[in-house]
Amino acid sequence: MDFFGIPAPLLFGQLLLGLINGAFYALLSLGLAVIFGMLNVINFTHGAQFMMGAFAAWMLLNYFGIGYWGALILAPIIVGITGIILERLMIAKLYKLDHLYGLLLTFGLGLIIEGLFRNEFGSSGLPYRIPAELQGAWDLGFMFMPIYRGWVVLVAFFACLATWLVIEKTKIGSYLRAATENPALVQAFGINVPRMMTLTYGAGVALAAFAGVLAAPIYSVNPQMGSNLIIIVFAVVVIGGMGSILGSVLTGFGLGVIEGLTKVFYPEASSTVIFVVMAIVLLARPAGLFGRA
Amino acid sequence: MAAPAAAGAFEGIDAEREVIWGFTRPQLITFGLMLAFILVAPFFLYPVFLMKVLCFALFACAFNLLIGYVGLLSFGHAAYFGMGGYLAGHAAKVWGATPEVSILIGGLVAGILGWLIGMLAIRRQGIYFAMITLAMAQMVYFFCVQAPFTNGEDGIQAIPRGNFLGSVSMAADMSMYWLVAGVFIAAFLFIHRVINSPFGQVMKAIRENEPRAISLGYRVDDYKLMAFIISAAISGVAGGTKSIVFGIATLTDVFWSMSGEVVLMSLVGGLGTLFGPVAGAAIIITMQNYLAEFGAWVTVIQGVIFVLCVLAFRRGVIGEIGRLLKVRL
Repeated sequence: MDFFGIPAPLLFGQLLLGLINGAFYALLSLGLAVIFGMLNVINFTHGAQFMMGAFAAWMLLNYFGIGYWGALILAPIIVGITGIILERLMIAKLYKLDHLYGLLLTFGLGLIIEGLFRNEFGSSGLPYRIPAELQGAWDLGFMFMPIYRGWVVLVAFFACLATWLVIEKTKIGSYLRAATENPALVQAFGINVPRMMTLTYGAGVALAAFAGVLAAPIYSVNPQMGSNLIIIVFAVVVIGGMGSILGSVLTGFGLGVIEGLTKVFYPEASSTVIFVVMAIVLLARPAGLFGRA
Repeated sequence: MAAPAAAGAFEGIDAEREVIWGFTRPQLITFGLMLAFILVAPFFLYPVFLMKVLCFALFACAFNLLIGYVGLLSFGHAAYFGMGGYLAGHAAKVWGATPEVSILIGGLVAGILGWLIGMLAIRRQGIYFAMITLAMAQMVYFFCVQAPFTNGEDGIQAIPRGNFLGSVSMAADMSMYWLVAGVFIAAFLFIHRVINSPFGQVMKAIRENEPRAISLGYRVDDYKLMAFIISAAISGVAGGTKSIVFGIATLTDVFWSMSGEVVLMSLVGGLGTLFGPVAGAAIIITMQNYLAEFGAWVTVIQGVIFVLCVLAFRRGVIGEIGRLLKVRL
């Protein structure tokens, strides 16, 4: 079975890889968007926190014997708490200043974290095994699908859906949306906005760490795994605009698929295609696909 | 990003009056000190080290033109620095161009690249501007990884220094040093001239209040783009000079960490000050020199400096000195 002269297993294989990358783009850009909406800070540390999630999973396994399933819960909590500490100690001091200082601060924090991990663990990756329950592959007829990869796409999708539900359909989500629009007014109603900001940052960071745990068995766990990803995620955020939760999720998955297809049809451009899309979107719709001008 | 209230704070003080060429008296004195140091230093310090400092100082001055005077934070200046380096190296090695022509080619190509990326980036403001410039620079990086003329991971090696104007050999470090010093001083004065021109006044107006500048009838986007192109071209000159000095142009100079380093240099020295980027570059390069053997600790220390500067030291070294002496430097 061929499509445009491309054998089906290759096409679907790359499509699946694209969906997986898209899942990470979606999870990370979602976290960035939630944090930016509430704190007005672009969290440059996001990539490092994604990497911390993967390392937390590795450390939980190798130091404490806690496996994948435990790490999926514990790693986001641990990394989320470190995020809360960072927010209280440093990021909170910058809310009254120009937003760009937040970007510079979180960039510096990212450098520190990445450098510390590189000192401790070196630059070559550490292996993390796929959990026994998710090993093997399904024969779908037209291709073999490794179970773990299907799992990642599915879990990422549901994590995005859950985040959307919390923000759009719950009471705390409505506070969050209100505080994004007008923090002073929400505070006047007796809601502790600074604490909400802290928790929002913690939650966004936890989401990044969650993505990191999901990524650990696919990519090797190494200190640079986040920094290269985060720049692509920035492009995703520019393309989607940070105004809408569903928008960033859709853009994330969509761009992953576009990247996967480019790998099949024109591999030379696969590393640059997302930036090209960004340039086109900026020319045609400067506010982003889902952004408000 | 508004430079921390430096402008305007010292209005009416005598030290504010222009003496000559747009320099105030304290600025003129500082410029004289810098000039004297550039002339004397190579007899005491290692010229290759000094040339590195001058290249990065020029790079930081070019970056500071955008952040300090137009208020645009570009997080992708490595693209122009690195591309200038590659093109100058290619011109010198493959086309056999003389060093000054190679450096100019580097600047020209970086300027064109800045025009292309600037057109896209100025369509958004603030944080988005930073993210777009970073993403486009990463695209340039991936282009350089694949393009044949950059030799991928190996980079362009054994770039000849050649003969200045086709006759004076630049092989000796001291002769090369005077060329680098000349390039630096000329470009520094050019930037200073731009800042103090009517064009520069509009740039500052955009930084202070963009809607008002628009309402006064200035085509803000044209000014931003022009400033971006100038900044990119000078970054390219800096990168080109560096690759001629060291005889090598590699992927390091186009990578995002280089963009971060130039931000750090300007921040440490003082954003929006005339001499801050020069001081910042000298500090950071000296630090890297001493810490080179500690590997990843350099990254950690740079991160710590970033954090400290943003939290407690936003004026930078030169900005703080200026504040103590109540002058604008």
